[in-house]
Amino acid sequence: MQESGNHRWGMVIDLNKCTGCGECVAACKVENNVAIVGAEESEMDRTMFWMDIITTHEGEYPDTEVTYFPRPCFHCDNPPCTKVCPVRATYRNDEGIVTQIFPQCIGCRYCMAACPYTVKSFNWFAPDWPEEMNSSLNPDVSVRPVGVVEKCTFCIHRLQKAKELARAEDRELREGDYLPACSESCPTDAISFGDLNDPHSEVNKLAKSLRAFRMLEELGTEPKVYYLSKVE
Amino acid sequence: MDKSTMENSNEDLDLFRSIEYTGNGFYWTVGFLIFVIAFGLYGYFHQVLYGLGVTGMAQPISWGFYIVNFVFFIGISHAGTLISAILRLSQAEWRRPITRMAEIITAIVLAIGGLHPILDLGQPGRMWNLVTNGRLQSPLLWDVTSITAYFAASTVYLYLPMIPDIAILRDRGVKPKWLYQFLSWNWQDTPEQKRVLERAINILMIMVIPIAVSVHTVISYIFAMTIQPGWHSTIFGPYFVAGAIFSGIAALMIAMIAFRKIFHLERYLKLIHFQYLSTLLLIMSIIWFYFTFSEYLTTFYGNEPDEMRVFNYKFIGDFAPYFWLMVFCNFAVPVIILSFKKTKTIPGILVVSFSVLIGMWLERLIIVVPSLANPRLEYPVGIYIPTITEWGLFAAGVAIFILGFLMFAKYFPLISIWEIREGRESSIKEVAHRLQSYMPDTYEEDELERALK
Repeated sequence: MQESGNHRWGMVIDLNKCTGCGECVAACKVENNVAIVGAEESEMDRTMFWMDIITTHEGEYPDTEVTYFPRPCFHCDNPPCTKVCPVRATYRNDEGIVTQIFPQCIGCRYCMAACPYTVKSFNWFAPDWPEEMNSSLNPDVSVRPVGVVEKCTFCIHRLQKAKELARAEDRELREGDYLPACSESCPTDAISFGDLNDPHSEVNKLAKSLRAFRMLEELGTEPKVYYLSKVE
Repeated sequence: MDKSTMENSNEDLDLFRSIEYTGNGFYWTVGFLIFVIAFGLYGYFHQVLYGLGVTGMAQPISWGFYIVNFVFFIGISHAGTLISAILRLSQAEWRRPITRMAEIITAIVLAIGGLHPILDLGQPGRMWNLVTNGRLQSPLLWDVTSITAYFAASTVYLYLPMIPDIAILRDRGVKPKWLYQFLSWNWQDTPEQKRVLERAINILMIMVIPIAVSVHTVISYIFAMTIQPGWHSTIFGPYFVAGAIFSGIAALMIAMIAFRKIFHLERYLKLIHFQYLSTLLLIMSIIWFYFTFSEYLTTFYGNEPDEMRVFNYKFIGDFAPYFWLMVFCNFAVPVIILSFKKTKTIPGILVVSFSVLIGMWLERLIIVVPSLANPRLEYPVGIYIPTITEWGLFAAGVAIFILGFLMFAKYFPLISIWEIREGRESSIKEVAHRLQSYMPDTYEEDELERALK
């Protein structure tokens, strides 16, 4: 399992367990140096989230059912965004992760327009943090320049670290070696992450559960993020 | 120069007026236009310095005025070369005073439109990546390819029929002499030169038609190739091409009316030319309506929830005022005004042309924004309010068009002099001959010979 190409990284989010607390959103922002935009910009719908929470309401008051969907990038196996990129600044790597090459992006935002899940963010201005936060940026993740598109990478830098560690210890990558920040931080363990190709992995089993579904499956994008539907 | 050509060159003096006479109005207009362009450029400078945040674009409406205007300007550029080529191809004799103006609109507006995607780039400095890392699988690359091809073809197609006119200017000693000397390519009006020129024009005119059609088709593909509601439609190609020709004719007639008024060219640009063109405009209006109707009826009848959200946003939601204004401008106004002889006059045609331009601009807006404003997942519906930067660059785009047109008129005849003369000298005979050949029981001489063999 050491060689790349054998893995197919995926995520399963249990909606029964999710409380909508937003820990995954916060962990993601800190982990990936996602810019914090000011109130004015936020008012204009320019907040940047690699991990977001979509809230749906069903039914009329007082019988309303509120569901929280943590929403990372779905890392489609058949991604509509990579198809349209004119400069190959986004592509699906051989482990199934849809990545962005920030220094190559020309900022045409075609991928944003093409993504049916609207998961991509754009750096409308140069990213900016409160003074005190500048020293706490994650050195493993590049800070994006103004004018490029960015999105969830499944914390691909953590995969690199995990692989290096495994190589140093001369062993194969084990389940749990590589977890994105959202999955690791979730207080209710709602977000499982692992190798969908590994028949023994938790995500593999959960993805086959009768409760499992994927967002807008009918589009044929083959997302690698599964949800486990809410049951009473 | 012999005596007869001397007389001829005096005959069309009106056509030289824009070149040989410069009034104060010209300088004032140029000054004003440069001011508008400078304002737009200042906005762009600001944008490059701080980022695209200075525009009104945000999430999820990540495309705005720049893309709308890109589609709009490229649409207008279709007037020209395509119409001119079709009129030449169909041997429409009334084309003679029109083709040059149509072609110049194409060349200028295409350059403006083609630059718009660059305005929209977050990292314009990395544009070279399109060459070094270009992916031909991306519809954006198809655009780059076909727009450059169209620009090359249409500038050559503009230039070639200008050579005899430039030679006329050279022979009249118009300043700057070196310019006309250089651009006339030693044209001496010999039969051999004429034959070569005619052949070149004929080849180009056929070549340019498929290129022109491809350009607007692939622009529609930018949208149609995605799976977004409201964009993913098979009729987008022809729909965009029809809309492009539609708005192009309107722009052409506005330019013609303005030019005719300023330089008193009523002798050349007659009511009949406007009436023919406006009949074409009326037909395009009906075709536009037919496409629009088919497009939205299919959506409505299919009743898919995601598609219907975009549909309702346009028909009864936030975009309803724009949508219905578009229908009014693109369909009601042209059909009402152009259907009656009484209103099919120059002022009437001018009103219709402006109305169509506004309507077609709205159509581009209505295609780009609502689909982005209504994402499939349950995000809040987006709003988009363009900023002064975007308005400024839009105004600058229009100003560059007018300035380009003016500068062209300052140095070159906007009405093809030699083609007018050719028409005067030989086209009546030619057309009579042609009509004769349509009649039953008359044969062309060579046809008769062939039949006898």
